[in-house]
Amino acid sequence: MQHVPDIKDLAIDIEKIRKDFPLLQEKVYGQPLVYLDNAATTQKPQIVLDTLIEYYTRINSNVHRGVHHLSQEATNAYENSRKIIASFINARKPEEVIFTKGTTDGINLVAYSFGRGEIKPGDVVLASAMEHHSNIVPWQMMCEDRGAELKIIPMDEKGELLMDEFSALLTDKVKIIAVTYVSNALGTVNPIRDIIAQAHARNIPVLLDAAQAVQHMPVDVQELDVDFLVFSGHKIYGPTGTGVLYGKEEWLDRLPPYQGGGDMIKTVTFAKTIYNVLPYKFEAGTPDISGAIALGTAVQYVQQIGVENIQAWEEQLVEYAVQQLQQIEGLRFIGNPKHRSGAVSFLVYDIHPYDLGELLDKQGIAIRTGHHCAEPVMDFFCIPGTVRASFAVYTTFEDIDRLVAGIKKAVSMLR
Amino acid sequence: MTIKEQQDELISDFSFMENWMDKYEHIIQLGKELPLIDEKYKTPDHLIKGCQSQVWLHTEMQDGKLVFTADSDAVITKGLVSLMVTVFSGHTPKEIAESEIYFIDAIGLSNHLSPTRSNGLLSMLKQIKLYAVAYEAKSQSQKNGTEL
Repeated sequence: MQHVPDIKDLAIDIEKIRKDFPLLQEKVYGQPLVYLDNAATTQKPQIVLDTLIEYYTRINSNVHRGVHHLSQEATNAYENSRKIIASFINARKPEEVIFTKGTTDGINLVAYSFGRGEIKPGDVVLASAMEHHSNIVPWQMMCEDRGAELKIIPMDEKGELLMDEFSALLTDKVKIIAVTYVSNALGTVNPIRDIIAQAHARNIPVLLDAAQAVQHMPVDVQELDVDFLVFSGHKIYGPTGTGVLYGKEEWLDRLPPYQGGGDMIKTVTFAKTIYNVLPYKFEAGTPDISGAIALGTAVQYVQQIGVENIQAWEEQLVEYAVQQLQQIEGLRFIGNPKHRSGAVSFLVYDIHPYDLGELLDKQGIAIRTGHHCAEPVMDFFCIPGTVRASFAVYTTFEDIDRLVAGIKKAVSMLR
Repeated sequence: MTIKEQQDELISDFSFMENWMDKYEHIIQLGKELPLIDEKYKTPDHLIKGCQSQVWLHTEMQDGKLVFTADSDAVITKGLVSLMVTVFSGHTPKEIAESEIYFIDAIGLSNHLSPTRSNGLLSMLKQIKLYAVAYEAKSQSQKNGTEL
């Protein structure tokens, strides 16, 4: 086993944190679980699970409708969660926080509404070469529908965006830029402040896919001056099927609604419907009430640890992982960006990622193999997929040691 | 050996292995013994659909018996393909078409492989059986003097 480096940041009580997550206590194939698939989804702390149970045992009721006590309680808890999230990302007001089913849902909402409201034939939407499919396909669908064009900001072999090419792509035809904060496949942290500044200089709004960002680093929407930002609840220790769309109030007011139904209306007649105000205008139908409330709990959990502390801890983990992994013979990183967060992607010799992933699994180590829903990234590197290890607040240096030992064992069997 | 005997032998081999890492070691070893497909057959129409990694399978008739050659870009998959080929190669289309396949479950592969792999394995089984049925139908129609 490798020696654990001097831990620089003692603000994280890793032993205590790990005890908060019941699933981390489980064994897989008789061995303690090493869970390094956090970019896919994170495990949930007990307090999030308790919130879900508490909701259904004590206050289950529909929100924004009833005059009765339970409905008031449920509405209060739901709206309180919105306030917690607004404060977490420093939105100007809670109304700028829309509950969604997740990042995919949030992007589909913006692509649809922005497309209907703002896009004309011949317009251009910009996305980057390292987007997740969920930040490509909704825009493609919208562009096809509106006769617009999706153009791509290219990247280099390190997995970094070519910023000169980005500047060159900025024409008056560009109506919105949709870009990921952190690449799920490569771990690259993009220069989004520069992207937003250049876009705003031309009055172009920016949507940030923050699915791999909010759980790893402080995100302040006012400081970023970003127009739209989306993330998933389940990647920040909250329940699956929950998520957030942040939008500047002036944009959300301006865009037409996405789905029609209950809660998003003020008055309905067969002749005309008057839409409700923000945030309800974009929340048609009964939402995932328990999920949204538990997402608030998850965010509070992160706030209690301190997202800056989480960032400091994970930066050490990433640095240690890169340093240990690069000593494995035949290992090459896919994407080697200067600024990396949360994930490391690699291949070893010509070993198929599925083979490596399967033998790691049998040693109790959960990592992700495949294209990570970013096929264009794999095409760029001419590979069928990668092996990706991704980290969370509860990841330890020992987890990385087990990963390294597991890879060595698997490689010796496969070659 | 009959298809049944082949399966029983495989099940017995695996039963001596205590843990899954040993079983994988054995699967990988079997992959190295796989009769390799001729490079010229590594074409899209020899690819098995439903596999995440690439698997090419070629079938030919020798003295009334089907002989399989194959390859894969993934080592474990190659081992699994080898298991299939060991069980089926050298049997008549009729024997293959009518065979009952139980070794996948008995070894525990269906429970322990990742879902994409076990789906791939089932696709392969289906493909081999389809080949057998097609060859069987062809030989029947030739016997009857009718064109297929």
